[in-house]
Amino acid sequence: MTTPLLEARNVNKAFGGVHAVENVSVSLMSGEVVALLGHNGAGKSTFIKMLSGVFPADSGQILIDGKAVDIRSPHDAQELGIETIHQTLALADNLDAVSNLFLGREQTDRFGFLDTEAMEHGARQTIERMRLRIPSLNASVRSMSGGQRQAVAIARALHFNARILIMDEPTAALGPEETKNVGLLIQELKRQGLGIFLISHDMHDVFQLSDRIMVMKSGRVVGSYPTKELTQDDALEMIILGRKPARFAAATA
Amino acid sequence: MTTVSQPVSSSSKVLPRLLRAIGGGHADTRLMAMVGVLALIWLCANILTGGVFLSPRNLFNLSLQVSVVAIMASGMILVIVTRHIDLSVGSQVGFLGVLGGLVQSVWLPDSIHAWWIASLVMLGGGVFIGLIQGALVAYARIPSFVVTLGGLLFLRNAAYELNDGTTIAPLTETFQILGGGQNGVLGGPLSWLFAFVVAGLVVGSLVRKHRRKRRLGIQKALQASDYFSAAAWCTCAFGFVAIMNSYNKPSTDEPMGMAFPVLILIAATAAMTLVAKRHRFGRHVFAVGGDPQSARLTGINTQRVVLKVFALMGLLSGLASVVLTARLNAAASGAGTMMELYVIAAAVIGGTSLAGGAGTILGGCVGALIMQSLQSAMVLLGIPSPTQSMVLAGVLVLAVWIDTMWRERRLS
Ligand SMILES: Nc1ncnc2c1ncn2[C@@H]1O[C@H](COP(=O)(O)OP(=O)(O)OP(=O)(O)O)[C@@H](O)[C@H]1O
Ligand SMILES: [Mg+2]
Repeated sequence: MTTPLLEARNVNKAFGGVHAVENVSVSLMSGEVVALLGHNGAGKSTFIKMLSGVFPADSGQILIDGKAVDIRSPHDAQELGIETIHQTLALADNLDAVSNLFLGREQTDRFGFLDTEAMEHGARQTIERMRLRIPSLNASVRSMSGGQRQAVAIARALHFNARILIMDEPTAALGPEETKNVGLLIQELKRQGLGIFLISHDMHDVFQLSDRIMVMKSGRVVGSYPTKELTQDDALEMIILGRKPARFAAATA
Repeated sequence: MTTVSQPVSSSSKVLPRLLRAIGGGHADTRLMAMVGVLALIWLCANILTGGVFLSPRNLFNLSLQVSVVAIMASGMILVIVTRHIDLSVGSQVGFLGVLGGLVQSVWLPDSIHAWWIASLVMLGGGVFIGLIQGALVAYARIPSFVVTLGGLLFLRNAAYELNDGTTIAPLTETFQILGGGQNGVLGGPLSWLFAFVVAGLVVGSLVRKHRRKRRLGIQKALQASDYFSAAAWCTCAFGFVAIMNSYNKPSTDEPMGMAFPVLILIAATAAMTLVAKRHRFGRHVFAVGGDPQSARLTGINTQRVVLKVFALMGLLSGLASVVLTARLNAAASGAGTMMELYVIAAAVIGGTSLAGGAGTILGGCVGALIMQSLQSAMVLLGIPSPTQSMVLAGVLVLAVWIDTMWRERRLS
């Protein structure tokens, strides 16, 4: 068996008394799309935030290419090739698209002065390559629509040649055409060998795009199955009832 | 130039277009409006004072007063941009002044090096104060309002304790030069040279912009607005020097020229503008102010950014203290009292949003000019000092109100 691109083993995270993520284990192969499903507050975002360095896990292990890694900051994650499109998009509203695309990773000369032209050029290329629609690179993000802002966040995640892409509800604000484009994009990235975590409430997208579905409830993994073996009803049952579908439960019991 | 081909009917659009033109392409109408207000204040003050306000002598003094406030305003802008406030800057000026006075009079009384060692101690002391306050805000997570209110009280009284409340005067002669006294001026020829240097830099940047755009294949590389703003800057430089050179040293016909504090101010403003607009640090400051949570998610160390902003504020307070102490030729523990209000007012009047994320260094300079012009005019008119403070307090509140309305209208 090949080594997974990313593997999480018994990861935990608690906020005060709330056990937001409890003993979650999952592995992600190169070229695989793993969908995370679950109710609001199930712990999906909390889980992926530990992978993207927003906060460290309380306990558990994260392995990249089979090697244990210590992800203590977003920079650590970025250096390991993990890029994240956060649910909140993580854009600075008062800055323009280019500034946001390079935020925290600006191209500078050796004294730290910004190379604005190089950044604008790079941003333009990525946006064209991804067929994203962003009205103006130099207008503040505040003046953009929800979908356009999402496009900026997607462009940022894809600009730096990620190996592992985490998308926390990336199409929530997109129109039908843009959603379709993101779907095509995901398939293209899959072909290039990226591993993708996709969090989405849209069953149709999840079943069309993912190879594996993992359902969470109250911080715990309810079950994780190849998408082919599940029906939408199975998935709904797991999300709502928080238990494995009857036919699988019988098999594993 | 584009307006020439336009029919006269678009007269309603002439003003915005003109403003855009002077602003250098981007419609910084806010700043232009401020300059307009300043011009209005100057005209009214000049009429009310019978021409005294716009006399070279008064403008020279105004340039000295503005320097102290505007140097600090450039730091305060970054503090406010990150959604914080520093109420202790006035007390910092007093405390660091006494410290610098002690270095010169007590610790190194006969040294010819005292002036620069004292200055360094003041700058370093400012950074130290800023680091402590910044750490309390960024890492201990105490609201900056509380930390710096404590700093205001603590440092003012520490300044008193440092020398039992007695004023140290006079200070070293070399040190006095930094305050822009009779010897602290450039004189006529050097001042003209300065204006030419400024003009050279302006033209140079115009040429560079042209080349860069050509390289990127942009056809109409320079617009009318670029020429307008270049011309405006050159006019300011030569106009300012002409006025400063028409003010003579007492009982001579030697022109004073530009004072050192103004040079220090210009250098500080230029450096701070570069930092704010062109440097990674400035970019991060604005990101943290725009959305602290997002900035953190992208990997910016937001705590360190806040720490550095407060340290920078301390450095600028130290610089302002050098200028003020040198100008007064005395180190008094009460120096800089209430100055925090002037500095904050200058930042806010200059378009810095108290909600964070927005502000320009140049705007702060114009804000400082407005505040000091109002005060200078009231002094000339013989308005008693308590009334002056009341008026300035009203102006501060008015400025915040205008800011609020401005932003609401812009956002909707
Ligand atoms: N920073 C935090 N501090 C305290 N509690 C938190 C924090 N972040 C998340 N939680 C709690 O952890 C639990 C899981 O939240 P999380 O955001 O991971 O859910 P989610 O599955 O992403 O939900 P949604 O579908 O609404 O995005 C919730 O009960 C939430 O209240
Ligand atoms: Mg979530």
